[in-house]
Amino acid sequence: MLKQTTAVTLLNLRSIPQRWGMSLATVLSIALVVGVLLGFMAMASGFRATVDGAGSDDVAIMLRGGAMAEMNSNVSRDDVRLVEIAPGIAMGDDGEPLISSELYVVADGIKRTTQTRANLALRGLGRHGPALRPQFDMLEGRMFEPGTAELVVGESVLREFDGFELGQSIRLGSNEWTVVGVFSTGGSVFDSEIWADLGVIQNLYDRGSSVQTIRARLTSPEAIEALSEYVENEPRLNLEVLSERAYFARSAGGTTNLIMFLGWPLAFAMAIGALAGAWNAMYASVDARTRELATLRAIGFGGFPAFFAAITEALVLAFAGGLVGAVATYLLFDGVSASTLGSGFTQVVFAFAVTPDAVVQGVILALIVGFLGGFIPAIRAARIPLLAVHND
Amino acid sequence: MTDASALYQLKGLSKRYTRGKETVAIFDGLDMTISQGDFIAIMGPSGSGKTTLLNLLGGIDKPSSGEVVFEGQRIDNLSQGRLAKWRAKNAGFIFQFYNLMPTLSAAQNVELPLLLTSLSGKARKERVKTALDIVGMVDRAGHRPGQLSGGQQQRVAIARAIVADPKVLLADEPTGDLDRTTADEILQTLQLLNKELGKTIIMVTHDPEAASYAARELHLNKGRFEEKGKA
Repeated sequence: MLKQTTAVTLLNLRSIPQRWGMSLATVLSIALVVGVLLGFMAMASGFRATVDGAGSDDVAIMLRGGAMAEMNSNVSRDDVRLVEIAPGIAMGDDGEPLISSELYVVADGIKRTTQTRANLALRGLGRHGPALRPQFDMLEGRMFEPGTAELVVGESVLREFDGFELGQSIRLGSNEWTVVGVFSTGGSVFDSEIWADLGVIQNLYDRGSSVQTIRARLTSPEAIEALSEYVENEPRLNLEVLSERAYFARSAGGTTNLIMFLGWPLAFAMAIGALAGAWNAMYASVDARTRELATLRAIGFGGFPAFFAAITEALVLAFAGGLVGAVATYLLFDGVSASTLGSGFTQVVFAFAVTPDAVVQGVILALIVGFLGGFIPAIRAARIPLLAVHND
Repeated sequence: MTDASALYQLKGLSKRYTRGKETVAIFDGLDMTISQGDFIAIMGPSGSGKTTLLNLLGGIDKPSSGEVVFEGQRIDNLSQGRLAKWRAKNAGFIFQFYNLMPTLSAAQNVELPLLLTSLSGKARKERVKTALDIVGMVDRAGHRPGQLSGGQQQRVAIARAIVADPKVLLADEPTGDLDRTTADEILQTLQLLNKELGKTIIMVTHDPEAASYAARELHLNKGRFEEKGKA
């Protein structure tokens, strides 16, 4: 049986080039399905990686209770004072607590690629702000001077938007700013932000003395317990305390899920189309070989080798499609920079990441399409009437 | 009743088709005996059931009623699986359009029936070489069917039919697609297989000249045989 099956399978695979048009169409349609799926998965995992990279365990974020996102939060000056004396917060060299009160507003930028306007986060932060981003590095220029209309921009902003080159003057809303530095935070969401002095932002945007978040360096990741307890037991404070990692995981969850919820159904719908294509190609393959298959049966070959050979052909085509899709997605998308609206309605720039795990899932999807598309034609191959030997 | 020297015995063989509401009988109550070593040409007008008879003898079709007995054993009531095994062991087929696998070389085509045996790779190669030698195609062993003429392809098909040493060769219009000279060469090869190697051959043809190579000619007409003796 093994010899028979091997012989018929090889016979079948060798004949693929004779039906190259149909076979190629099958490979390409399956490649497309896998490409779409992997594209979405790469987007989701790239977005997650960017957002995850932004979070550290020894930085705490405090927002107004129930605010969920910075945008909706409002924290008063009095609240900040109460937090400054909280336990678990690390002290700087100057003996002051490592705390940054922050406020961000939405500014307009012109995207380089499309020349259209897109939202950018303009963050006002205290002097400890940069130190609270572990991978912060000044790439060019210097930090802004407090009390001036100077700003520093994340490297993604410089890459994706027009007019943020070092030394450039730029108008954001009704105000004129000067770019004095370019920073990196190692690919995290902050690279998509513009930073300026908190007091200047509060003034220009009429926010009084209120901020949105308080960011604090903890003495250790465990110290968040002590801080949370203090905040809970202090009746004047209505704040939610989260580690930065937990905060970003929560805000990324929605976007990542959205990407995945779009990606899978779309890939699934396309898979049904590819299934029809594979089915058609396999029917054509079996039909083209009707007389051959009948002749083999007349010689004494069983039906199983014909079935196995047809399924194998379908799986080989599907596997090729899966690989083409995966390789193409990798070449086209891996590392490609993209931006999307983060949970604060601002652009988060991130890189697509085609992961090995996603490739495996894509190839499995391709093989499922191949198997389902080849199954019925394979049964037909096994049941070719013997009298078809006389077909001409 | 079985005849010990008979290879085939057909008893009251009928084949009917249903076409819409009508039932058409190809033949009805056919009786016939084929002896070991016979070379029979079955002739007759189109639609007389020549090929249908050959299909029944080769176990690739089943009669509506009656019996096909081969070496004393009924084959018409065997299961598909048993019948496939029977064909592999006993019958070699030669078709009008050769039915070779286009992607395989001549030698690989000839080897196909041997894949159903327990022969080793080496033994299979030797058998293939012998079979190709008999039909004079050893020097074309590596060629694909597309690189061979019609006559050469039919020789390869004959080699495939004899390679597993079956008891009977069943040929359906083996020269129907060939010119006269090539046809004569093929028929001489069949005659040689019959006379030298003692193969029983049953050949369907509508060509009287082809039939003249056979030892017996049977004319199938309106579901009955008329035998013509040879001069």
